[in-house]
Amino acid sequence: MEITREEIEHLATLSNFSLTEEEKDSLGADLKNIIKYISQLDELDTEGVEPTYQVFEMENVWRPDVITEQDADREALLKLAPESEQNQIKVPKVL
Amino acid sequence: MKIATKENTALSMVEAALEKAREYQDFNIFTSLNDEVALKKAAIIDAKIAKGEPVGRLAGVPYALKDNFLSPEGNTTASSHILEPFKSPITATAVEKLEAEGAIMIGRTNLDSFAHGSSTENSYFGPTKNSVDDTCVAGGSSGGSAVAVALDIVQFATGTDTGGSIRQPASFNGVYGMKPTYGTISRYGVIAMASSLDVVGFFTQSPDDMDLLMSITAGKDEKDMTTLPDFYGTVSATTVKKIGIVKDFKSSAVHPEVQQALDAQVEKLAKKGYEIVELDMPVLKYALAVYYIIQPAEVASNLSRYDGIRYGFRAEDAKNLAEVYANSKSEGFMPENKRRIMIGNFVLSSGFYDAYYLKAQKARTLIIKEYEDAFKKCDFILTPVSPNPAFKLGEKVNDPVAMYLEDMMTVPASLAGLSALAIPAGTTTDGLPVGLQLIGPRRSDQNLINFAKEF
Repeated sequence: MEITREEIEHLATLSNFSLTEEEKDSLGADLKNIIKYISQLDELDTEGVEPTYQVFEMENVWRPDVITEQDADREALLKLAPESEQNQIKVPKVL
Repeated sequence: MKIATKENTALSMVEAALEKAREYQDFNIFTSLNDEVALKKAAIIDAKIAKGEPVGRLAGVPYALKDNFLSPEGNTTASSHILEPFKSPITATAVEKLEAEGAIMIGRTNLDSFAHGSSTENSYFGPTKNSVDDTCVAGGSSGGSAVAVALDIVQFATGTDTGGSIRQPASFNGVYGMKPTYGTISRYGVIAMASSLDVVGFFTQSPDDMDLLMSITAGKDEKDMTTLPDFYGTVSATTVKKIGIVKDFKSSAVHPEVQQALDAQVEKLAKKGYEIVELDMPVLKYALAVYYIIQPAEVASNLSRYDGIRYGFRAEDAKNLAEVYANSKSEGFMPENKRRIMIGNFVLSSGFYDAYYLKAQKARTLIIKEYEDAFKKCDFILTPVSPNPAFKLGEKVNDPVAMYLEDMMTVPASLAGLSALAIPAGTTTDGLPVGLQLIGPRRSDQNLINFAKEF
């Protein structure tokens, strides 16, 4: 299938990427080839087949709803953020 | 496994490993070395040995850690720019278990950024070179780990395998590479790529070492709800009688010397009295297409968390929050990361979901069924690991589909969550290693490792 420049731009938006014009060209060409390859799945008859979402044989694994000790505390986690202030992660203005 | 003793001290082993790591630095195996901590830990183990105190089953054994396992020793970068400054406050369960037995991490190994690739060329820190021929790729994504073991810098290294990332580099470098049954080893503290496929495993120089590492690290972990109840070491040994070979792989583009290695091994097993069973598995040829739908979909979801806010690299000069996200991701990811995220968002987007994602999940059911039928006819399946020996650096890096085709023989077992082991099987006339892949039913891990001794 053909993948248009608008579609590439739409996928970039969905992915939260700001792409250069050059990247749009090269990624667009690559994506077209990849989609062509995966489209061969059309040939396979899957009528009436149930989908498999995971190969883990178990279903819901329950645990009591209690807070257990965690491996990292607030201070250690905040230290990872590029910027923080008063126990909060700092970012540029949102609006 | 050669462990530390009074005569062969942990310190001498760690020093030798670090020296060797430096000697081979042109291969670009490590993203960082762990000298200071490793030497300190070695001294502690030696002191215990001197006092006659008990030490673990991996006492003083230097090992290499794929750089997508979290631990506070060094930065966990996933060979990416976006995690370059990331120093983890937590430790992966697998790492904890290894270290509890006295293993000492001497360095973190290079990978394709976020484990996206089959050659280690997608690393932000440049490619790792093949252990035998430095003009060829190491394989990937766990290229650094495979080469570290192949060059005998360490006796073992950790890896992760989503669609072949342990087995293929093991094959390209002539070492053992284990992809355990899905859910065998805890993934707590391992950077997620595609969660319905990712497993933790190892590179070793012998089946016995693999068995030891599996018995140490396998098992239920409260911190990872997708670990299976303990089974490793408790499953009764199978008497292997029948080995399956897949007819359909023959018709595909397998390098003649890889085919020869398989044929020679099949003949050897037949002579030993094993029955060889030819299997018709017509759906397997679609496995790669299925994989390159499901895996990017899960990648798109797992990698959305890297946005420059809570940890890692944050792009400078962003005027608002939206720009922080977009610029951090755009600067922080490699082209292959971007391709996979965009393909993932494509197959998941409305209008395409049924045709790609849902279709692939249905095909996955058919692949699982095909293996179930196959294991009614044979105990294990033997295939090449990869259709080709190690290819040249740069040969496929600009052609994603050509690179993906390298995974066609490793992804099927991943989609079905099976156990699979890459076993060294000689070299080509050019001296490049060739590996064979032994695939077994779920939970057959220990039997597979034992059977590898027949090769």
